[in-house]
Amino acid sequence: MPSYVITSKCDGCKALDRTACQYICPNDLMTLDRQKMKAYNRDPVMCWECFNCVKMCPTQAIEVRGYSDFVPLGASVSALRSTEDIMWTVQFRNPEIKPKRFKFPIRRGVSEGQIQPHGHFPTGTDDLNSPLLMGEPSALNTEQGPVKLGGLAELALSRSPNGGK
Amino acid sequence: MTEWKTVVVETDLLICGGGMAACGAAVETAHWAKQRGLKVTLVDKAAVDRSGAVAMGLSAINLYVDLNGGKNTVRDYVDYVRNDLMGITREDLVANIARHVDSTVHMFEKWGLPIWKDEKGQYVHEGRWQVMISGESYKAIVAEAAKKALAEAGGEYFERVFLTHPLMVDGRCVGAMGFSVRENTIYVFKAKAVLTAMGGAVHVFKPRSTGEGIGRSWYPPFNSAGSAAFTITAGAEMTCQEVRFVPVRFKDAYGPVGAWFLLFKAIATNALGEDYMATNDAELDKWGPYGRAKPTPANLRNWLMMMDIQKGKGPIYMQTGDAINRISKAMPDEKAARKKLKELESEAWEDFLDMTIAQALLWAATNVEPEKKPSEIMACEPYFIGSHSGASGAWVSGPKDLQTPDTESEYFWGYANMTTVPGLFAAGDASGASSHKFSSGSFTEGRIAGKSALAFIADKGNGATVSDAQIAALTAEILQPLETFEKHRDDTTDPDINPSYLRPKQFMSRLQKVMDEYAGGVSTQLATSKAQLEKGLELLAFLREDASKLGAETLHELMRCWENRHRLLQAEAHMRSVLFRDETRWPGYYVRTDKPAMDQANWLAFCNSKYNRETGQWTMVKRPVKYLTRDAER
Repeated sequence: MPSYVITSKCDGCKALDRTACQYICPNDLMTLDRQKMKAYNRDPVMCWECFNCVKMCPTQAIEVRGYSDFVPLGASVSALRSTEDIMWTVQFRNPEIKPKRFKFPIRRGVSEGQIQPHGHFPTGTDDLNSPLLMGEPSALNTEQGPVKLGGLAELALSRSPNGGK
Repeated sequence: MTEWKTVVVETDLLICGGGMAACGAAVETAHWAKQRGLKVTLVDKAAVDRSGAVAMGLSAINLYVDLNGGKNTVRDYVDYVRNDLMGITREDLVANIARHVDSTVHMFEKWGLPIWKDEKGQYVHEGRWQVMISGESYKAIVAEAAKKALAEAGGEYFERVFLTHPLMVDGRCVGAMGFSVRENTIYVFKAKAVLTAMGGAVHVFKPRSTGEGIGRSWYPPFNSAGSAAFTITAGAEMTCQEVRFVPVRFKDAYGPVGAWFLLFKAIATNALGEDYMATNDAELDKWGPYGRAKPTPANLRNWLMMMDIQKGKGPIYMQTGDAINRISKAMPDEKAARKKLKELESEAWEDFLDMTIAQALLWAATNVEPEKKPSEIMACEPYFIGSHSGASGAWVSGPKDLQTPDTESEYFWGYANMTTVPGLFAAGDASGASSHKFSSGSFTEGRIAGKSALAFIADKGNGATVSDAQIAALTAEILQPLETFEKHRDDTTDPDINPSYLRPKQFMSRLQKVMDEYAGGVSTQLATSKAQLEKGLELLAFLREDASKLGAETLHELMRCWENRHRLLQAEAHMRSVLFRDETRWPGYYVRTDKPAMDQANWLAFCNSKYNRETGQWTMVKRPVKYLTRDAER
């Protein structure tokens, strides 16, 4: 199927301003049946099993059944994502193998919505024609010493009038 | 047909795409544009939070030079990339990315990307150039920064708008056109410069899977040749269109092997337990100076493996258990060994769960416990991905300050990362001959190209205005599949079988069959020949004619129609380039059976191509390979 929607759990995101799975699917597959107010994957053979719909669904109505042409039935991988971590549960086809549980961080030190894109490193030039990019040269760790460019003298940033070290 | 409206958006810089390179361009240009009152607009066919190759997440950043760590130099990286690509690389482009990429990675860390660190606070390396991350939200983090940067600079972004065509006036690119996949709206973006970063191409070749699993491509199925088609249609010179990439991955679910090979030092063997890299070692002498380069080029590693498969010595296995046991045995006592085992297990599963969840599901469904039994690996179907170990993309100008007197006349024409079309820039999978950029390098190249495009705008100002006639003609062309379907849908009782149109999936199957059988797909074990290619091109010509008969029932299908027209252009550029390069240089990616050896005297050169949109004709041209590194192999 790959991603499939559990009828009893999907409420069509009617309380939200948009359907979460439809909003996020990178391949424009998840869509809402407006008559039934249930979501579905309109073209399962184009599904990458990226789990973005699974992770985002507010009612946990979406799961993934492995590709029918090479994945035996009976196993599952489920994800529960919070603001800082993701918890995974891997269940094997053989029920005697203990399910595996993992927790991995997804963001460190900066919460969602709090990213400051600019201003972390001072920019050493105002010149559009300088090869230096925003935040350079300091973002290249130049406080640890000059940038090491090896035997390629041609690569020295200092060849530019506004270049760094 | 139902009513369509047209929205016209005027901007200074237009960024086409929303993946890593496009987000790099957005963050960088927002900084410079804000100071100058310039407007930057980004257009993505999906939601930027989860679009492009990093949509699922990643378990490593594959390009971090660590310039100030004391171990690596830009030169080291350039040497590595040149050897991996069997000598065919633009050193100026590779060096330009490598000298800036560390600043990108340091910025990612400030944005909250969890990069693994050791007890001394240093990044944990997977291999020499790779650093490990917990990257489930890698793209979401980068997207948040890009969208916020655009907003702060007064820019805009559009999601779910699919771009189909460049807008051209007097040979200059002055914008792009496309449509919304959510409502009946044509979008016209008028710009002073255009930066294309719409990814590589998947599903040009028939996948190994034939059922549901065709969606489990290694590179995402939504990378549908948007970049290549855009630059080819604009008339830009293309390069390395023959340099496809065939990754070796865990079989069927295509889970990553990097952590196993690089971090755990696992060995792959044939079914007899032989290390094919050792038993087939003599083969490496046949491939010039590259065969003995360290590390062995990716295509040659594939090739040595394929030699064993062809001898009937498969399946090929990653010996995961041996690797884990070796590491845990090296621990001082049993307690430490148990702890290490648990750590390795978690790392191994995270590698899949961060970036190829289907592989974790396949392991679970086949009861694989990696410490107990090995797992099969296999070469995937071919992909077009200039940011990895492939090289296909547009031929772009290098930066001025890195050119030597010898290279400048060939590799520099005014603005870094500008294609041969004035005003059209390319980055990430869209630019060629600058392999091994990966996620961080693509973002970095987007930054470089974006800044350079702003310099172009500052120098050149407005382009000519697009005529209403051009917009009207393109609108009709874009919407044709909807009209075709509507007109003929009731002629037959089954909308899938109709002599007047092809549905996009049917068109894609036909394209994939031609490519698979004639251009060296998995059915022929990646082998092709002049005669095969010529026959294949004959069949592609029919498909090109039938492209005007694509039919679409919905907006979603209209996007699929255009994705497949884009794939067709990538396919044709590929076939013509494989035909033009009269040698075999990348066995393991493809073999020309009629020219099975490398011809260093004649073909240490770039195969470039150019398409004429008006006549439909292709022109092939050979361009010299010129190295910045003076003592490099010539």
